[in-house]
Amino acid sequence: MKRHVTLWSLIVLAVVMLAPFLVVALNALKSPAEYAADGPLSFPDGVYLQGLIDFWVRVGFGQKLLNSVVISGSVAVLAVVISVLNAYALGIGRIRGRTWILVAFLIANTLPQEALAYPLYFLANETGLYDTQLGVIIIFTIIQAAFGTYLLSSTFVGFPHELLEAAYLDGANKWQTLVRIVVPISRPTLGVLFVFFFIWTWNEFFLPLILLISNDTQTVPVALGVLQGQRMMDATMTSASALLGVIPAIAFFLIFQRTLTRGITAGAVK
Amino acid sequence: MTRGRGNYLLFLIPGALLLIAVILVPFAMNIGISFTQWSGAGDPKWTGLDNYRRLFADDVFWASFRHNLGLVVAMAIVPTVAGLVIAAALFDFVAKRFGTRAASVLRACVYLPQVLPIAVAGIVWSWILAPEGAVNELLSAVGLGSLAQNWLGDPDVALWSVMGVMVWIQVGYPVVIFMAGMQRADPSLHEAAELDGAAWWGRFWHVTVPQLRPEVFVVLLTCTIAALKVFGPIYVLTRGGPGGSTNVPSYYSFQNFFEKTQVGYGAAIATVLTVLILVLTTVFLRIQRRGEHA
Repeated sequence: MKRHVTLWSLIVLAVVMLAPFLVVALNALKSPAEYAADGPLSFPDGVYLQGLIDFWVRVGFGQKLLNSVVISGSVAVLAVVISVLNAYALGIGRIRGRTWILVAFLIANTLPQEALAYPLYFLANETGLYDTQLGVIIIFTIIQAAFGTYLLSSTFVGFPHELLEAAYLDGANKWQTLVRIVVPISRPTLGVLFVFFFIWTWNEFFLPLILLISNDTQTVPVALGVLQGQRMMDATMTSASALLGVIPAIAFFLIFQRTLTRGITAGAVK
Repeated sequence: MTRGRGNYLLFLIPGALLLIAVILVPFAMNIGISFTQWSGAGDPKWTGLDNYRRLFADDVFWASFRHNLGLVVAMAIVPTVAGLVIAAALFDFVAKRFGTRAASVLRACVYLPQVLPIAVAGIVWSWILAPEGAVNELLSAVGLGSLAQNWLGDPDVALWSVMGVMVWIQVGYPVVIFMAGMQRADPSLHEAAELDGAAWWGRFWHVTVPQLRPEVFVVLLTCTIAALKVFGPIYVLTRGGPGGSTNVPSYYSFQNFFEKTQVGYGAAIATVLTVLILVLTTVFLRIQRRGEHA
């Protein structure tokens, strides 16, 4: 009996956690008239996709998706590259002062972005990178790479030395050792980092909100957040926008579930 | 090893240059700006500690920090406690009786909000909590219509609503971390406690929780920092309102930067917030290290 109480309370919890997603999905499929008549909790009479289509067209959602993919994809690739280079120098090269260098990188990850926001906005303006995707890509490359440097350095410390010695005896220079030995062997970890950097960058809001103001450059969360802040949408359109924001996140979640759970625990406690 | 170490430095150059250009220089600039009066255009005027003096006398600033404390409760303390109980229930009970598959499905349900862009989570909830939204509708459907209210529009309730949303967003993170930690734990301790006749609650409190100390530390630290930095949900849910009742330092500095064009004052707020976060991180890590040696 008691066991059933535990199980049922966990099931109730799961329903509470999922309920907002269900409410959003239900209402994104209603027509405004149906919503006005029956309110947010009724089941839709049929599948009404016009609200989704209208919203898609109105905000140019395809463009926003593309922007998000371009920014997050570039950041993920570049941040993995920078993380590997840093960790090679710090973890395998064990260069002098590595602890302090690591601390400097960690600060990049700990600082609130507010403390960088105005200078970055100002510098972006000065360099012509304001309202460009390149500016945002550069910024998030180093913010994500700071975490990657920390994580990879600690795994590279334990890299098998025989392999490095063997490569050295075969006449490989440091660059060749990195590309032919270190990178292939650490590929699984690099994959996890890539997924993480991609999703984290996808979800970023504050700096992209400040730096990407035009329709052609904005990412999905920024476009949706700005519209919401202006309170210019009716209820069905809001739910349509929420559904379109939720779908990519759920897709990532389903594709990368294993990687995600393994990755956050790897990052949290070594 | 006979290899020279010097040229490993070359590999650090791209990362170091980026770190300097994007993080260290802007951060130093922010500190510099905080000693000036500046509208963002023209030349900043050096005013020394004026911004900081003003800040310590500014009720809005202190109120924003009090709201932050509420968010620390909602984003760090409640999720940690709830996460421990949920993770233990899933691990000890669901996984053992109903299989690991059932446990990981339930875990996935709890974790799902964590993968949403925080701005999108805000959109979802601002619409559910609206005066004609799903929560009020649900209350009147079950005969509690008198409890219905303007969840985000009433200054007395808005912060509580935001806190509720943040619990929903955050709780999955500790659950995943704690469940992973429980896999690392030594099952024989648990079995010994069970043989000694300890009830579930006793085993949870005396065996599971102490073993999860490192995880609890990490979760409390990362979630507290996240709570101090919180911006997206505030921007989307309430814009700091109504009447400043949900304003937080990060949003307050944003307002000063881009709405009030008091850049120097905004920079001072951001600097104080940064110092607080760095101090907190150092203290946490110290305590943790001491705990490990004990």
